[in-house]
Amino acid sequence: MSDTRPLCLSGKGVTKVFGFGEKKTVAVDHVDFEFHEGELISIVGESGSGKTTISKMLLGLTSVTDGTIYFQGKPLDIRTQKKKKEYWKDIQAIFQDPFSSYNVFHKIDQVLLDCINMRGGKKLSMDKKIEMMTEACSFVNLKYAELTNKYPFELSGGQMQRLMIARIFLLKPKILLADEPTSMIDACSRATILDMLMNLRNEIGMTIIFITHDIGLAYYISDSVYIMEHGKFVESGTADEVILNSKAPYTKRLISDVPKIYEEWDLNTVTFSTES
Amino acid sequence: MGKTILEVKELTTKYITRFGEDVYAVDHVSLSIEEGKSLGIAGESGCGKSTLALSLMGYYFPPLHYTSGDIIVEGQNISKLDPDTIRKNILGTEIAYIPQAAMNALNPTQKIIRFIEDVVHVHEPKMPKKDIYDLARKRFEELGLPASVLQKHAVELSGGMKQRTVIAISTILSPKVLIADEPSSALDVTSQKMVIKMLRNLMDLGYIKSMIFITHELPLLYNVTDDIMVMYAGQIVEKGTAKEMVFNPTHPYSKGLMGSIIVPEEGTRDVKLAAIPGTPPNLKKPPSGCRFAERCKYVTNECKLTTVGLTEFGDGRSYRCIVPIEKLREEYANE
Repeated sequence: MSDTRPLCLSGKGVTKVFGFGEKKTVAVDHVDFEFHEGELISIVGESGSGKTTISKMLLGLTSVTDGTIYFQGKPLDIRTQKKKKEYWKDIQAIFQDPFSSYNVFHKIDQVLLDCINMRGGKKLSMDKKIEMMTEACSFVNLKYAELTNKYPFELSGGQMQRLMIARIFLLKPKILLADEPTSMIDACSRATILDMLMNLRNEIGMTIIFITHDIGLAYYISDSVYIMEHGKFVESGTADEVILNSKAPYTKRLISDVPKIYEEWDLNTVTFSTES
Repeated sequence: MGKTILEVKELTTKYITRFGEDVYAVDHVSLSIEEGKSLGIAGESGCGKSTLALSLMGYYFPPLHYTSGDIIVEGQNISKLDPDTIRKNILGTEIAYIPQAAMNALNPTQKIIRFIEDVVHVHEPKMPKKDIYDLARKRFEELGLPASVLQKHAVELSGGMKQRTVIAISTILSPKVLIADEPSSALDVTSQKMVIKMLRNLMDLGYIKSMIFITHELPLLYNVTDDIMVMYAGQIVEKGTAKEMVFNPTHPYSKGLMGSIIVPEEGTRDVKLAAIPGTPPNLKKPPSGCRFAERCKYVTNECKLTTVGLTEFGDGRSYRCIVPIEKLREEYANE
């Protein structure tokens, strides 16, 4: 890829193996990648292809079996808890299930206040903090006044997911890892969430790594796309290259399986799998 | 014109909350499906799609209550039958319903064949197990499922396989109407395509006569169903053929929904997604006048005052808006 922007995250021969001996499963198999600053990258694959494992490695939640992840050109060093916390200032994540992303005992105010405190805003006056929270909420079309003193369970799924984005707005990380953030919400709210993510990216200029199984969505939002099958990247390139002129048979199959509206969706290609 | 299989007239059902409030989740819904046709129902979460599906069975249990209207399946009005009769004579043979995430509700201690025996025995208590097994085997093989699945437990099957098994179980008695509520939303694209192919096969082989398909994935509806109905806050806001609805929506809400379609096709990347701002109204206190007025771009003062009915136009299309079609079309063309 001829992207001239500096590298943000990259990997060489990154591998993750679960188990050993006969029960060994290679979840991620010697993958190389280059994510540039300010880029929006999608990693597309079906269930079980290793998308989530790779995201956990990038976040430093699981160890890397082999290979190295480079963060801003230097090998990622998260051997101690302190270094991990330092790293997490630069990378943040939104997960698939907003319902399990919050501490159920913390009120919404607390969730947002934590973000401000983490960003060195501990000594700010309460008025200033409220102003910041109000700004973050209005960025995602929520009203701060309606949220204060509420617990997460009192919000709807879409509201929770938007509040997640409000958190990112306050935290201003360098990298945002979004693991299927729209797969639990309907098509209409999905458009809203995507819009907000794009605005946020323009606002704070971060790199977004978007993990999804929806190839249409990947095509719509991303600059570059990585297609993952059985722990390997089978194809990568700009969105136009990968989706419109795909070469790997796996990518072609994924695209043909998605219902379309301009081309005919051929149901005759379906072969029923007989293995359970 | 084919024979009408299902006709629903002004069906209204409500939830009664534990505080005694009435929530009309299905509000004067009328629809009809002819033999061999399928109808898609689209709309946001909470617009009443799933409640409509539940209500169409005629089988009500608290907190869902029947209020008014008729459900006619091939000339038989089932809306006022008592639950026991519905369960014995209607469900499974006249109407089959696949709820959301049905595949996760299969009893893990039972083999698949037991579920089929259960379904058949409600209707034909004397049928020998051997006959049921033969029936199930024949049906499974015709639908592309290996007969070995019958002797397996639910946990031994993959997600896609489980969903297809659930569909095969619920249509074992060849119902006239199949109501499928988000049958493929939890699956990956490949399994989704298999499920759709299977539903198509069921229709082609004549095991079901008509289908109601509920989902919020519009490209899917476009490819699967003949007609699409858009629901908003318990009401139908627009009806029409799938093609017309996707490429030429009339109601501002349908227009917004169709704007959220994402497909991996050339040219779609540059089109900006049209997100509809705001949230649907609280149905405990539905707004007077048009229910979409709060979020509508083309709202006028009149919208919030007058109750809007469905206006028919063209062949079988109707929409719920006081702004005349020509004016809406003009507005859309100017954007």
